Amino acid sequence: MLSDKDRIFTNLYGREDWRLAGAKKRGDWAGTKELMAKGQDWIVEEIKASGLRGRGGAGFPTGMKWSFMPKKSDDRPSFLVVNADEGEPGTCKDRDMLRHDPHKLIEGCLLGGYAMRCRAAYIYIRGELMREAETLQTAIDEAYAAGLIGKNACGSGYDFDVYVHRGAGAYICGEEMALIESLEGKPGKPRLKPPFPAAAGVWGCPTTVNNVETIAVAPTILRRGAAWFASFGRPNNTGTKVYCISGHVNEPCNVEESMSIPLRELIEKHAGGVRGGWDNLLAVIPGGSSTPLIPKSVCDTVLMDFDALREVKSGLGTAAVIVMDKSTDIIKAISRLAKFYMHESCGQCTPCREGTGWMWRMLERMVKGDARPEEIDLLLDVSNEIDGHTICALGDGAAWPVQGLIRHFRPVIEERIRTARLKPLQTAAE
Amino acid sequence: MPKLTINGTEVTVDAGTTVLQACEQLGIEIPRFCYHDRLQIAGNCRMCLVEMEKSPKPIASCAMPVNEGMVIRTNTPKVRKARNGVMEFLLINHPLDCPICDQGGECDLQDQAMAYGLDRSRYAEFKRAVPDKDLGPLIETHMTRCIHCTRCIRFATDVAGVEELGTMGRGEHMEIGTYVEKALTSELSGNMIDLCPVGALNSKPYAYTARTWELVRTETIDVLDAVGSNINVNSRGREVMRVLPRLNEEINEEWISDKTRFAYDGLRRNRLDRPYVRKNGVLEPATWQEALGTVASKMTGIGGGGMAAIAGDLACVESMMALKDVFEQLGSPHLDCRQDGAKLGASVRASYLFNTTIAGIEDADVCLLIGTNPRWEAALVNARLRKRYLRGGFRVFSIGPRLDLTFPVENLGAGPETLGAIAGGGHPLVETLSAAIRPMLVVGQGALARPDGAAILAAAWRIAVTCRMVRDSWNGFNVLHTAAARVGGLDIGFVPGKDGADTGAILDGAASGRLGLVYLLGADGIDMRRLGSTFVVYQGHHGDAGANRADVVLPGAAYTEKPATYVNTEGRVQQAKRVVFPPGEAREDWAIVRALSETVGAHLPYDNLNELRSRVERQFPHFTAHDVAPRAPWSSFGTEGRMDPAPLRSPIDDFYMTDPICRASETMAACSALYVGSAPGKTGTHG
Amino acid sequence: MSAAEQFTFTPENAEMARAIVAKYPAGKQQSALLPLLDLAQRQNQGWLPRAAMDHVAAFLGLAPIRVYEVATFYTMYNLKSIGRHHVQVCTTTPCWLRGSDQIIDACRHRLGIDVGETTPDGKFSLSEVECLAACVNAPVVWVGDDFFEDLDAASMTRLLDDLAAGKQPKAGPQIKRQTSAPASGAKTLTGKDA
Repeated sequence: MLSDKDRIFTNLYGREDWRLAGAKKRGDWAGTKELMAKGQDWIVEEIKASGLRGRGGAGFPTGMKWSFMPKKSDDRPSFLVVNADEGEPGTCKDRDMLRHDPHKLIEGCLLGGYAMRCRAAYIYIRGELMREAETLQTAIDEAYAAGLIGKNACGSGYDFDVYVHRGAGAYICGEEMALIESLEGKPGKPRLKPPFPAAAGVWGCPTTVNNVETIAVAPTILRRGAAWFASFGRPNNTGTKVYCISGHVNEPCNVEESMSIPLRELIEKHAGGVRGGWDNLLAVIPGGSSTPLIPKSVCDTVLMDFDALREVKSGLGTAAVIVMDKSTDIIKAISRLAKFYMHESCGQCTPCREGTGWMWRMLERMVKGDARPEEIDLLLDVSNEIDGHTICALGDGAAWPVQGLIRHFRPVIEERIRTARLKPLQTAAE
Repeated sequence: MPKLTINGTEVTVDAGTTVLQACEQLGIEIPRFCYHDRLQIAGNCRMCLVEMEKSPKPIASCAMPVNEGMVIRTNTPKVRKARNGVMEFLLINHPLDCPICDQGGECDLQDQAMAYGLDRSRYAEFKRAVPDKDLGPLIETHMTRCIHCTRCIRFATDVAGVEELGTMGRGEHMEIGTYVEKALTSELSGNMIDLCPVGALNSKPYAYTARTWELVRTETIDVLDAVGSNINVNSRGREVMRVLPRLNEEINEEWISDKTRFAYDGLRRNRLDRPYVRKNGVLEPATWQEALGTVASKMTGIGGGGMAAIAGDLACVESMMALKDVFEQLGSPHLDCRQDGAKLGASVRASYLFNTTIAGIEDADVCLLIGTNPRWEAALVNARLRKRYLRGGFRVFSIGPRLDLTFPVENLGAGPETLGAIAGGGHPLVETLSAAIRPMLVVGQGALARPDGAAILAAAWRIAVTCRMVRDSWNGFNVLHTAAARVGGLDIGFVPGKDGADTGAILDGAASGRLGLVYLLGADGIDMRRLGSTFVVYQGHHGDAGANRADVVLPGAAYTEKPATYVNTEGRVQQAKRVVFPPGEAREDWAIVRALSETVGAHLPYDNLNELRSRVERQFPHFTAHDVAPRAPWSSFGTEGRMDPAPLRSPIDDFYMTDPICRASETMAACSALYVGSAPGKTGTHG
Repeated sequence: MSAAEQFTFTPENAEMARAIVAKYPAGKQQSALLPLLDLAQRQNQGWLPRAAMDHVAAFLGLAPIRVYEVATFYTMYNLKSIGRHHVQVCTTTPCWLRGSDQIIDACRHRLGIDVGETTPDGKFSLSEVECLAACVNAPVVWVGDDFFEDLDAASMTRLLDDLAAGKQPKAGPQIKRQTSAPASGAKTLTGKDA
């Protein structure tokens, strides 16, 4: 188990003061100026060496992403945009960072923004998180007042602004190109790539979009060193990670742990175990709703990291573990996710607009067994027709849970259909 | 010039080309719905997916710029599967109403479903129904058929420049609309019907009147403004059923105005289908022999000096040439093709042409509009100005009314005082114009059809010269006409001969009794009251102002009913073709004049249309070159003089009511009532 | 004229709107559209009549259609009038697994309305929402600007009782629990670790 001294988010549960004084006590804003003095390239190289991969779901190497930003300006300013539009079902880690450790994020904005030669950071926070936005704004005001950001931030000679931008209710805005559109005051319809944001992002300017956690861990990595961060987890899957454990566990919670921790250990040590014991486990969605579920047999041994979960045809995603015990109607659980994706589809791409609703309607019938057995293959086919055929990854994210369901629980659906077909006969016989 | 490989074939294309365009260059057809080469790229329909090496997912070829060394495959099972999938998704919520859908037979969805669709539906859920939207009298909506390609939105926003259409809601509930349920305030809105790849946006006037395969298509030109838009007129039997645009990059690209498209019902109403002679104050039906005899005997009695002719805005070159020949033979110098009294001479061709050319607007970097509202006078010239504006680095200034032209216009003043200041070199604009690489100015008929029109023309000439708007390969001096007949009339000299009277003098002569006969060749735009008690012959196709006043009516042919030559505002000679025959006893116009010449004893040296055209070409050699914009030699013109400080204004108060055909059209009347009539405090471009 | 027909920002809100616009680069005032619509909605009893959208469009120099597109795209904008307390129950899978059905039933029962309806006195509207990002505190209900977490039917009913009585209930977990820490107490960050 990761020891507390190696935890980055030492106020994850908000037991201590989140304000500047408290944050400083926990080590935030210590030597920021000196870190900046080491230079922009040093920061990027250090992040690269730490092996940090994006914490928003896709897991793209952060240092590499930062290095895509232009080193020389062509008169266009560069921007850092922080994705605080947390909304992937199962995921609620950024919220804790925003409300309990906002200064880690603000300091990360400065250091990351400085490394990428940005003139400002815009933190796009989902609209529903009003209280978190208020907290964050207060922390930003504190940082301005203390000279930590703004003109001559931390006495570094570098000018850097941090702004909060509230969303208005759209999961799709967590997709970076949709987020950029939304930040420009438009519907959150993902833009086509290319051009990539580092070339032309918000307002046509070079932009990097990073998840809250990705930015918030950066100052600690820089302070304690890349090697320290890289010492946790397996190669290519390094660092610490905040996990969210929800669903049928005895004690749902958020916890910061080492990458590559075994799933079973994570659940049993931190979340009080599966309701009714490990053997009562049915399946786990290991990385937020978009990642395909894995059945108990896989959960027994799988490690919580990018590579291990990919090997079992799922993914680490946001490391949001949704636990389902044997009482779960697994078809209904996935059908509800299908409804979520239908509701959150922006509607611009044909496969996602038309396909997400189709899948949900079929699944709802399957919940009741009101389907033909061959429709399971049709459902799979429809999911394949969406998967990989849309502008953004929402279509993929809608398809994968359905594919996971069929991959592991096809007999359950077949049985449901068979039982439903027998029912009228039984009723007639009575 | 990147080189890429498509299906194993190497091809080198221009940088900035998309994969879809590169495929087309190799003759590989890529299915698409949202992509349109004149609109911004949306990439949302996903029909054009192809495989790209090193990309795990298929890519949207419409949106992917080519790169050196790219390897593209368009014919793999994966691509086929992806397209089949998209097709299936498009069809699951599309109604199966092809048999009653106007798009049937020319529907992209129908066509591509044949290539990529399944032969049966696998969709067992309820289909979505979407409430139709009210988009006004021109566009009928069937929104359940919409496939959300957003072509209409992109057209309205970018090309037409009216930000009124958008997507409401999201996901499967996303709908196209205006939110406030109102007709689009664009005079180009009908183009959205053509752009719609399915039957969601249909023509309201055409709705359920014909099936596309019943129609005969005739390629011809439009004459309802002076742009000369290329059109395809679809007819069935003796009736024009609809008008569609025909591609001409130099003129209208693939757009037409709503007037060009929708005024055709005016061709069926109020038609003059037999000759009339006024007896005891009442126009009574007559035979051709009787009508022509009446005109001839009147002409003979009066003699050349006592009669005059005015050609209207829709007159073709052939009929004007024949009428001019007759009048010259009878010894009358009193001819005019400028029924509005525009002070344009016929001697210097560059003085009355849109010399920059319409396509040339795209090369200009600054433009001065003088007394013109291009949005209503020539909607497609305005569309070209907007297209140029969208590319950036284009400033537009105006003298005259403040207008919404769909792009920013810096208004410098209302009247000729500003014009005089610029011409005199004492206005800051002179510096801007002189510093420009390709400056242009446009003089409208509103500035020229005033008593001081010649002085305004001279001032415009001076600005063009001082600001070096006319250079080796560039002529930035432009006159924007509103009448399709005007340039042709000036070209063949349908203007007063020696000691001849112009329109104003003809009307004065008629009022005072000096002139005994006035021959109106489709001229409906003059003040008929000023004709006094003079004998009036009206030759034309509609029972409009001229026919009402006439003593003899000679029924002619409309532009869809005769082979005829017109010259557009650029000086481009184009020929209209006969789509249907004129109604009843109406005849082609040159033939009417030819018949009159026989009756009156003024023999014309041609017996058929070809001979008449040869005569035009012999006298005016530029008529031999069709479909090209000429380069007219520059010289001095206009008459410097005092300019009236009264504000300049556009000659068009109502875009939808500019000529006898529009005035007979119920569709145009509905548009006029909606966009113009009821609007309090309307401006020139309200609508 | 009713509120639905006329709308202008109050002087204080106009001031705030200008401050919001100032956060974005010059000429990029459209970026302020989402926050300004929120501001307008708060001024107008929680919903956006067309007049408010048109006012925001004019305030930002945008074509109204650009505002309608945004207002219909995002779920936090209400285009029809809404109850004073908008009770929004998350029913996405993580909340559903922990009993959101019972929460919805409790709301229906206590308020006497169905999802999508408003009580006749205009006090409550009931909605289902998608994931609110508080999944380890499921089931979650969002009222006003606050989340109420770790609910069950009884605590949900109590919450509605308090709202109806004009009390401001305490936000956050409705059981004894420190935010997202395990209910029986944090197992990490306890200070016991060396």
